[in-house]
Amino acid sequence: MESVDLIYKTIYILVIFGITLLIATYSTYAERKVAAFIQDRIGPNRAGPFGLLQPLADAGKMFFKEEFIPASSNRTLFILGPGVAMLIACMSSAVIPFGDMLIIGGREVYLQAIEVNIGLLYVFGVVSLGVYGLMIGGWASNNKFSLLGAIRAASQNISYELAMGLSIIAILMMTGSLSLREIAAQQAGFNWNIWYQPLGFIIFLVCAFAETNRTPFDLPECEAELVGGYHTEYSSMKLGLFLFAEYINIFVASAVMATLYFGAYNFPFMHELGAIISDDPVIANNVITILGVVVMFAKIFFFIFFFMWVRWTLPRFRFDQLMKLGWQILIPLAILNIILTGGGIMLKDHFFN
Amino acid sequence: MTDNLFFFLASLTLLCALMVVVSKSPVHSVLFLILTFFTISGHYILLNAQFLAAVNIIVYAGAIMVLFLFVIMFLNQNEERVKTSVVSKVTGTIAGGLLFVVLVAALKDATVRTYDPATFNSQIGMVENLGKVLFSDYLLPFELASVLFLVAMVGAVMLGKKEAGEKHF
Repeated sequence: MESVDLIYKTIYILVIFGITLLIATYSTYAERKVAAFIQDRIGPNRAGPFGLLQPLADAGKMFFKEEFIPASSNRTLFILGPGVAMLIACMSSAVIPFGDMLIIGGREVYLQAIEVNIGLLYVFGVVSLGVYGLMIGGWASNNKFSLLGAIRAASQNISYELAMGLSIIAILMMTGSLSLREIAAQQAGFNWNIWYQPLGFIIFLVCAFAETNRTPFDLPECEAELVGGYHTEYSSMKLGLFLFAEYINIFVASAVMATLYFGAYNFPFMHELGAIISDDPVIANNVITILGVVVMFAKIFFFIFFFMWVRWTLPRFRFDQLMKLGWQILIPLAILNIILTGGGIMLKDHFFN
Repeated sequence: MTDNLFFFLASLTLLCALMVVVSKSPVHSVLFLILTFFTISGHYILLNAQFLAAVNIIVYAGAIMVLFLFVIMFLNQNEERVKTSVVSKVTGTIAGGLLFVVLVAALKDATVRTYDPATFNSQIGMVENLGKVLFSDYLLPFELASVLFLVAMVGAVMLGKKEAGEKHF
């Protein structure tokens, strides 16, 4: 790899990392504002204009709280838990294509950190690792409630991973590629996967809620049954990291949903618009790409808002209902979706070729 | 570069694998086993087999090890450590030493087969080629393995099924 490429990649990865953290930070603010709006309150408005500095104030408070480590806990693993949760949450944004290709000085610059031909499997692998942070933290606290919370989180994640993987398989059958860049490129214009995979999208959406431990599936943290869940014994910034990792997971889940089902950086009439803007193909391409990045982030923000909207609208499930939904409804539905997709592809090959 | 990476990964793999056996706490053992799977996936990537690397992480580190951790975390960790007698230690050492001797004897004359640059295809580990090979040359073993999994699944469901008149809660 040339040194110019290497420098560009380094900068790009750092920028994506920074954007991920920034969006996660302001998701906490957005969550409180959305909650306030839905409950007809005002929400945070003291720190800075419109309360915009509230996340900073929260982080400052978290840092200055007392650091507490239970006496009979496993010290190393107790500290490792939140770190692992945070590390794994930050890993998956590496393969997501936030934009198409920019042409700068004759050089093609892709707005994606790492292009691997197994991008989707990479995301799936990282998601499946997400449970370790919670499990290690919950076990190391040496508290029965923490352990039960961790076990709940683990069983919930494992159960919903299956349905999620099966719903992804239908997408793979259609696109014939595991590379996220390829999947995004195939949805050019308004040819989004959601039109072909509505059932798959609903399954994926429900599983994404369960994987990120969001309401209505936030059963690992349950005040009435489990005191606080896996982070009962945590305080200070270690608790902050657990909560923060959840918001990063929401961002990543939104980005993956936007990429897989809602056309990533594609928007209707993008090629026609490019032709109107400029005759020079380089300028037209760059303008469309930058617009595409804006569209991609608009989609991501919509999904983040959707996560919050659902949280303040729906009541939560009971744990046995959650398991029943995952194993007895979503998995058969996902298999049905695979069969339907296969049949659809066969029919299309038979009649339209 | 690749050589150094290989030696680094290999030593890390051996160290983690050793720690699995040596660790006193079973939870530590499982965590080191997960690290071992990660380093093995690193080896797969060095061999340009990205699909295997990803699947290794998803299946072993992501699913099976979580279940291991699950079970071990439920075990009582304050249990008295089992004392091993001197006899079993001595027999263990002797058996291990003998196994090592046999291994050395077997591998002494073995030569490592090198690849032929003329016919070597560096893309063989990519998911597309792997799929083509699996569904053409190795179709029968592949399908047999899937039947085996199906049988195992049916067996697991049978074992876990509620019997008539039985009530759990």
